[in-house]
Amino acid sequence: MKSETIKTLRAFLIELAIYAVLVVGYFFLVLHFLGSWLYQLEIHHRYTYAGVAILLIIGQAVVLENVTTLLLRIIRGRSE
Amino acid sequence: MFFPISNSHISPIYLAIVGFLIGILGGFFGVGGSFIAGPALRAMGVDWNFAVGTDLAHIVGKSVVAAKRHRALGNVDLKLGLIMALGTIGGAEGGAQLIQMLKRAGNVNLVVSIVSIVIYVSISAFMLWEGLRTLQTQSKRTEAGRKALKKDESAFQHIAHAIQRLNFPPMIKLPVSGVTISLWIILLVAFVGGLFSGFLGGGAGYIRMPSMVYVLGIPTHLAVGTDLFEIIISASYGTFTHAIKGNVDILIALVMNTGAAIGAQIGAISTQYFAGPKIRLAFVPLPVIGAAIVIYTLMTGHKL
Repeated sequence: MKSETIKTLRAFLIELAIYAVLVVGYFFLVLHFLGSWLYQLEIHHRYTYAGVAILLIIGQAVVLENVTTLLLRIIRGRSE
Repeated sequence: MFFPISNSHISPIYLAIVGFLIGILGGFFGVGGSFIAGPALRAMGVDWNFAVGTDLAHIVGKSVVAAKRHRALGNVDLKLGLIMALGTIGGAEGGAQLIQMLKRAGNVNLVVSIVSIVIYVSISAFMLWEGLRTLQTQSKRTEAGRKALKKDESAFQHIAHAIQRLNFPPMIKLPVSGVTISLWIILLVAFVGGLFSGFLGGGAGYIRMPSMVYVLGIPTHLAVGTDLFEIIISASYGTFTHAIKGNVDILIALVMNTGAAIGAQIGAISTQYFAGPKIRLAFVPLPVIGAAIVIYTLMTGHKL
């Protein structure tokens, strides 16, 4: 029972570490490629900016979690 | 780091740490955490309007992560969440109108401050009393009785059962929560939560989560997960309306979300290791912190 908990905890921590790297990377990509575009959008096209803002924040949460799951599957597939 | 949209300089590490702390609270208690995020952004010199709008944007991201995790654990009632989202949005609009009325009367700050202090302290006091009473009742039980009722219980659940028996059609069956209740009662609870959200600011999870447990009779873990799901919808709506008014700096929200997304996962997973009454007891300090911030603002005149 205890080793099962340790196993689950280790899997969760690995998933969290991969996710953390992706989330931070995502922010820097958005900042680098979309930073000035977002700034202009916020000044000139507020409705588009509002939609893009929601997509970006949900994307950070949903897409990256799916990428993490995919990466974990690949890693597990290789180690088996 | 310079954030041109809100014209502010803030350390990204500071933002990520604030996000992380709020993420843990959000994942564990099912609240947005605006009572911490707002003052934390204000402390860094972000204008009040940007603090409110940006906070909502980051709440969306964090709630998506935490709700996904809770859903995987079976803690989200989608049907209930969708119905509540309707009531919350309606209530939030009502709350915003109330604020406009008070603004015209010229006493908005004092009224909102006093109402929020009373609400925050009442919620904390009630949850402290209820949580302790439930734990006391549990400790008096025999071992067999304790095992039978280990899932979740509340010293206030007879009230929830009486409310569930009120027959105002249409009655809604919520198989995930194990509850059948009138649609109007769900909408009323959500509307009141939304009203406070529009009136006091933030997501008002500190009102909605306890209301779901005590009024609707939803098990605590499900209330936390469902509240997070409901927050995704209502906070997205709030983010959109604030963004078109020029109150959202999405880059700040994305940095905060780097910490919040990780914290939310930890918070959501942690709920599995605590029983309902203990989660409710741990919730008690949150509204008190909110009340302390309002009292500080009233006494010093500095809006945190």
